[in-house]
Amino acid sequence: MKELKDLNFLDDVRYTKDHEWAKKSGELVIIGINDYAQDQLGEIVFVELPGIGDSFSKGDEFGSVESVKAVSEIYIPVSGEIVEINQGLEDAPELVNQSCYTDGWLIKVKPGNASEFDSLMDKAAYLNMLKG
Amino acid sequence: MRYLPHTQDDIESMLKVTGHASLDDLFAGIPDHLKTKQGIDIPESLSEWELNAHMEQLASLNIACKDYKCFLGAGSYDHYIPAIIPYLISRSEFMTAYTPYQPEVSQGTLQGIYEFQTMITELLGMDIATASHYDCGTALAEACLIALRKNHTDNKIAVSSLVHPSHRQIIQTYIHPAGYEMVEIPYTKEGLTDVVALEKMEGIAGVAVQSPNFFGNIEDLKAFKTTADTKNILFIMSFTEALAYGLLKNPGSLGADLVAGEGQSLGIAKSFGGPGLGLLAGTQKQMRNLPGRLIGKTKDANGADGFVLTLATREQHIRREKASSNICSNNGLNAMTAAMYLATVGKTGIREIALQNHDKAEYLKKSLMNSDFTPAFSTPFFNEFVMKAPDGFEKKRKALIQDKCIFAGMNLEPYYPELKQHYLFCATETISKCDIDHLVKEVQS
Amino acid sequence: MIQQPGTSGLIFNEPMLWEKSRMGRCAMSLPKRDVERKPLEADLTGDEPNLPELSELDVVRHYTRLSQWNFGVDSGMYPLGSCTMKYNPKTNEVQAARQGFAGAHPLSGDEFSQGALKLMYNLEQSLAKITGFQAVTLQPAAGAHGEFCGMLMIHAYHAKKGRQRSKIIIPDTAHGTNPASASLCGYESVNIKSGPDGILEPETVSAVMDEDTAGIMVTNPNTLGLFESNIKEIAEIVHSKGGLVYGDGANMNAIMGIVKPGEIGIDVLHLNLHKTFSTPHGGGGPGSGPVAVGKTLEPFLPVPRVIKAFDTYKFITDSPDTIGRIHTFYGHFGIMVRAYAYILSMGAEGLADASKLAVLNANYVKASLKGILNLPYDKPCMHECVFNDKFQKEYHITTMDMAKRLLDYGFHPPTVYFPLVVDGAFMVEPTETESKENIDQFIQAVKSIALEAKNDPEKLKKAPHLAKLTRLDEVMAARKPCLKG
Repeated sequence: MKELKDLNFLDDVRYTKDHEWAKKSGELVIIGINDYAQDQLGEIVFVELPGIGDSFSKGDEFGSVESVKAVSEIYIPVSGEIVEINQGLEDAPELVNQSCYTDGWLIKVKPGNASEFDSLMDKAAYLNMLKG
Repeated sequence: MRYLPHTQDDIESMLKVTGHASLDDLFAGIPDHLKTKQGIDIPESLSEWELNAHMEQLASLNIACKDYKCFLGAGSYDHYIPAIIPYLISRSEFMTAYTPYQPEVSQGTLQGIYEFQTMITELLGMDIATASHYDCGTALAEACLIALRKNHTDNKIAVSSLVHPSHRQIIQTYIHPAGYEMVEIPYTKEGLTDVVALEKMEGIAGVAVQSPNFFGNIEDLKAFKTTADTKNILFIMSFTEALAYGLLKNPGSLGADLVAGEGQSLGIAKSFGGPGLGLLAGTQKQMRNLPGRLIGKTKDANGADGFVLTLATREQHIRREKASSNICSNNGLNAMTAAMYLATVGKTGIREIALQNHDKAEYLKKSLMNSDFTPAFSTPFFNEFVMKAPDGFEKKRKALIQDKCIFAGMNLEPYYPELKQHYLFCATETISKCDIDHLVKEVQS
Repeated sequence: MIQQPGTSGLIFNEPMLWEKSRMGRCAMSLPKRDVERKPLEADLTGDEPNLPELSELDVVRHYTRLSQWNFGVDSGMYPLGSCTMKYNPKTNEVQAARQGFAGAHPLSGDEFSQGALKLMYNLEQSLAKITGFQAVTLQPAAGAHGEFCGMLMIHAYHAKKGRQRSKIIIPDTAHGTNPASASLCGYESVNIKSGPDGILEPETVSAVMDEDTAGIMVTNPNTLGLFESNIKEIAEIVHSKGGLVYGDGANMNAIMGIVKPGEIGIDVLHLNLHKTFSTPHGGGGPGSGPVAVGKTLEPFLPVPRVIKAFDTYKFITDSPDTIGRIHTFYGHFGIMVRAYAYILSMGAEGLADASKLAVLNANYVKASLKGILNLPYDKPCMHECVFNDKFQKEYHITTMDMAKRLLDYGFHPPTVYFPLVVDGAFMVEPTETESKENIDQFIQAVKSIALEAKNDPEKLKKAPHLAKLTRLDEVMAARKPCLKG
């Protein structure tokens, strides 16, 4: 596993305490797991995602990410309806390891409550949390 | 004791290293009030020769002599077991290994079970077969749980009343504590599960049908598939006689989502009902819902083909309280036995044996009809069928077991009280024409 | 210099069964047709399953070669912690194969199965005496199945009391199957930590035990190989709130004749016949997981139960509070025969000696490897001891590397990365059937590996070198599952 300084955290996304990231894209919010989470899990072999049209409240478990010997639940940073899932992960779950902020995104959500996004941590706050 | 290698010298020199005064001193950390005050009150130890005598005496109290004739099935079947099977399965590299956690030194078990998975998918026409469960009943209960968990609105599972009575009881035990319910589908006067009754049922998450059913009759699985599709529920199919699928259309081709079966017929001794072999197979879509171990193909660091336990994240030791099942040890050695059996009989052998089972059962049925027995149903069957016996048969049946070592069928009344004087008969390839003629003569006398 | 058992030899390649198949071969002696052929209706008949077609020697050679790629207890020392890989006596196999047992049909009827029933009855009695309980069921087919059976009984007990509970306490030193067994009964696991000594402290239990908690699941000795010496106080806390104590008896091998779980506050206990009572593990089963209970839970035992009436034995099914049935017939009878043969061969004294020597062997390994490998809990152990790779971290060598290198020396590795409370756990259970010489070889092998970790770490990272295959790619297997050929 890498040292914190070797991990990549983007400035233009928001973070959760469970190591998801969220980014606004027009009306939608794109969600994935961040570099720390993918590094902790190691080589990802399977990503379980919800169905399009499913609705979740902030903090609900919406899927899971699996390595060979661990399963990690993933929690939704903002309430809303799933409008798109990353179909490419079915055949290539390693995209989450290779590029967790771009090709390795997980879901796109139509948010129900705009203020929830604003309450997520920015990079500095998240890094402070990691350093404990 | 010959299993304990320690000499007095060994014990003394080892105690010196550990720093204990005596063997009892090793347990000094256990508070005295927790130690037992009495020894274990069991019989004195036996020499190997005394043990042989004792065990043979017990074994002889069972009516299971070498040339006994078994016209009894109902979930445990008498089939020929080729000599090479007990010989090969006794190889201690198979028998005394554990779960293949270290694949580099477990390729024998791993390739063997991978071949088992492959041949079971071929036999059943399914995409995926697990590395085994305890028996058909427990595998079927697991399949019912899959259907129930997948469905978030309905909490009932519809189970045919012609699923093996013990299997229905196991399902009930397994699903009850989680708040699920089993509803039984009645049977028709043809001795088949009533698909019309199923159509009318509401609030069900899945349907389970056994074929050949407990009466030996072959179910119209297509009709159940259609109903399951209409209701958008999982279709689970089960069987107790695996050799039937050497002849019948396989469950996969008839649209089963999940198949639970008993593999005892595939080279495994009856052994008073266990250990048998639970088979659990599913479609590709069910891959991650299937409980139990799976073996997968991969490569080693040098690029050579090899096998490993895979998809372990479904299992209890990783998913812990979220695992769908707690199964850990399965019936791996019996899965290996079944693989050996399937490789031994091969494509032509399995068909010929299946045909002989059916032929003998037809001949037995015809012969019994000539001796005052009436067929209960006229539905096609594999190697078991139901007959109404003439008066006084129960007494004769017991005498035949006691005096002649012939098991002439099983009384169905304890399981189906409405079927008074009805018996379930079975004939397999181990029964000759001569045996059947002899049985008939005895029954008529 | 101690000579190590590991060496290299000729290993045969062997293709998949279907690659050897040639149309027209059959290894089965097919019985002669002596009755008329009666074809089934065509629309019921399917194609022949496409099974391989082989001769008898093809089959024999295939499985003989496969077997040679396996490591078993008969091949060498197999100190797999928590699994009790003791010697599996060969006479047990002879007993189970007797025609009167192996050939017995389960539905023959009680009066024609007296030998089987008597054996089951006697075995139940012996297990009750060994564990100090009132009654035993032999029906569970494996340890996890026994756990499920025990939890079902606890669930039924609370239901009968009129108020179901929602939680169950599970310590971090319990077996991996425990949480899954509990959740099958709808119980939520309340995970608690063991104390600094590696055992449970009564205060930790009393802090979470309440009247919504069905009970606690305790493995004793626990998975660190330590005896839970506060068990009686813990049981009292749980009982005082109306809960029950589940004992995971997978580690009974350490305490036969020393401690009877039925006497120290445990209400229900499962055993593993394939661990403590010497039946073979079979590459992962079949096992057998009998469950022993005290008076409180006896009415809830699964049916059928074996009873003795005068000199005859019978199955009874009319038991109003029973949890029901959990196996199609009576459990793994063939495994019961083997365990019964073992108990008869050992006698009371032999069983107690087995436990004492199992504990001696583990403590000997612990004392001999102390300082070579790190011991997170350095206190007298029971039948197994847990080390980790802390000392080897500076050479970037992990428990896995050392485990794989042990294969080259001719030993099956210990259990690794379990229990989870120890980071990089290396859990050794030698069992009583290994001699001092075998254990000395093992100790020497670990010492040599620890030296290699320092002097030649690359050798460990690429181990094993002598096995048929090198390390396998588990990521590839899981990403693109290929589950059939």
